[in-house]
Amino acid sequence: MTKPAATPEPYTTVIGLEVHVQLQTNTKLFCGCSTKFGAPPNTQVCPVCLGLPGSLPVMNRAAFQLAMKAALALECRIAPFTKWDRKNYFYPDLPKGYQISQFDLPFSSDGWLEVVDPKGAFARKVGIIRVHLEEDAGKSMHDEAAGTADTRIDLNRAGTPLCEIVTQPDLRSPQEARAWLNELKLLLVYLGVSDCNMQEGSLRVDANVNLHIPCPDGSVAKTPIVEIKNMNSFRSVERALIYEAARQYDEWQATGAELGTTPKQTRGWDDPAGVTRAQRHKEESSDYRYFPDPDLVPVTVSEAEIAAVRASMGAPPTVLRTTLAERWKISAYDADVLVNQGREIVAYFEEVATRVGEGKVASNWLQQDVLRTLNERGEAIAAFPIRPDALADLIGRVQQGDFDTSRGREIFAEVLASGRSVADVVASLGIAAVGDDELIALCRELITANPKIVADVQGGKEQAAAGLIGQAKKKNPNVNPAKVRQTCIDLIKAM
Amino acid sequence: MTLARKDVAKVAMLARLALSDAELDTMTSELSKIVGFVSLLEELDTSAVAPLAHPLDTQNAFRDDVPRPSLTTAEALQSAPHHDGECFLVPAVLGETGAA
Ligand SMILES: [Zn+2]
Repeated sequence: MTKPAATPEPYTTVIGLEVHVQLQTNTKLFCGCSTKFGAPPNTQVCPVCLGLPGSLPVMNRAAFQLAMKAALALECRIAPFTKWDRKNYFYPDLPKGYQISQFDLPFSSDGWLEVVDPKGAFARKVGIIRVHLEEDAGKSMHDEAAGTADTRIDLNRAGTPLCEIVTQPDLRSPQEARAWLNELKLLLVYLGVSDCNMQEGSLRVDANVNLHIPCPDGSVAKTPIVEIKNMNSFRSVERALIYEAARQYDEWQATGAELGTTPKQTRGWDDPAGVTRAQRHKEESSDYRYFPDPDLVPVTVSEAEIAAVRASMGAPPTVLRTTLAERWKISAYDADVLVNQGREIVAYFEEVATRVGEGKVASNWLQQDVLRTLNERGEAIAAFPIRPDALADLIGRVQQGDFDTSRGREIFAEVLASGRSVADVVASLGIAAVGDDELIALCRELITANPKIVADVQGGKEQAAAGLIGQAKKKNPNVNPAKVRQTCIDLIKAM
Repeated sequence: MTLARKDVAKVAMLARLALSDAELDTMTSELSKIVGFVSLLEELDTSAVAPLAHPLDTQNAFRDDVPRPSLTTAEALQSAPHHDGECFLVPAVLGETGAA
């Protein structure tokens, strides 16, 4: 094994993540209000999620099962007995004055998720401390420009089911953190646990980071742990961590402050400025005065229920990458690209490959044509007008030599633009398959017109025949270049 | 069992209660009595008793994930001291975020 290039930083960055994902349920965790995003303020609220006196929460079974799916996919142990606790704090977007969360008996713990860099830069198995199920808070909006002194509160989000996923501090670079988050998101979207849309707030990340700095005396200095908040994309997570690591190193050089000498600090990421800024100190966790919520009875989970949820999960991305590569004889890299595009793309690919009877060519068309077009059009595969049977039809025609790949691409574009069938477009573009007689007549014409090439081929330079292909395409754009080449060589050799 | 005055002051702060010195004295002595009463339980040997998560001997109360009608915005806002017809209005909270 070759030794990797030495890291330029004189320290190791130690990162743990805390991720909140909204679960894809129809209704909230404890009431029947809709969880649909984007509704006008305070139109999806009821006595339960407004925290009105006398209302009682009842747990959403689908939320618990989705959370179990997430935990099982993260290789967590499911607790046979779990309960919910009240986390007490005062904030206007929390109408009850407490959040229903899980404290000492989370429903799952002790899992892991590995991320492997496809270019081989790293492979990191990240431990999961716990996954628990809790409710979201509402949203507060303060518009300083409007000059009002008030903060406006919308409680549509209050009570939406959230999975909190807490990792061990196992990540060792901002790049790894970003890649791991991508893998987590892919997994949760595959499972249908969450849409993980960061713009809509259905996935939120906080990061804990500090540095381990080897000292000349052989000891390792550890900087105080900082929690970073307010990161709105995986890219900002990476940027914030890069910034924060460098800031901590500067601070350590200036002050020598080490872990344990100061309380844990919270810093907010200012994306436009590209810096983290100190926020007010967090209350100690004991200050939340957790206690069991008397309004909710505990939940027990049997081995049979765990098995049923497991059976409903389908293959996770890691497994799919391997099976796809093996089943369709495509490279690990190609399988990675396809799987990372999501379950719908994989299904589309498999249908095309099945119809065509070959994986590699289907994968090429998917990556070079379909994915590129989807990107350009900003479209999802579900809305893509060329369905798998149509693409397979097109690829089949290229494979049987009706026309070449570049002509196939033109047809692809025309099918896309016109919405007509492949057969229709082929007919309307005058692209009829060139018959054998027609091809032979054309090649004879070319041979007569190009005595030098004929002489070259006769002299053993078969590659000279390539000079005839361009001319053939000018005379008839539908000819298959490989067929022209072979036919000309055969004719010349027979002369 | 007695409570320290500073413990009571901290609990009052966490509950957002502004107590005068005299009230703090009263609270300290009254809460100490309550805590003392409860601490009688410590005389029992509970080492073989599993912690009680809920007084009811019931488990697994679930509902189906089926939407039910919500309140109208007007109904939701009707008891709020301040609102603008769409949102609840509260005094400005800046530079802090919720814990979720
Ligand atoms: Zn509700």
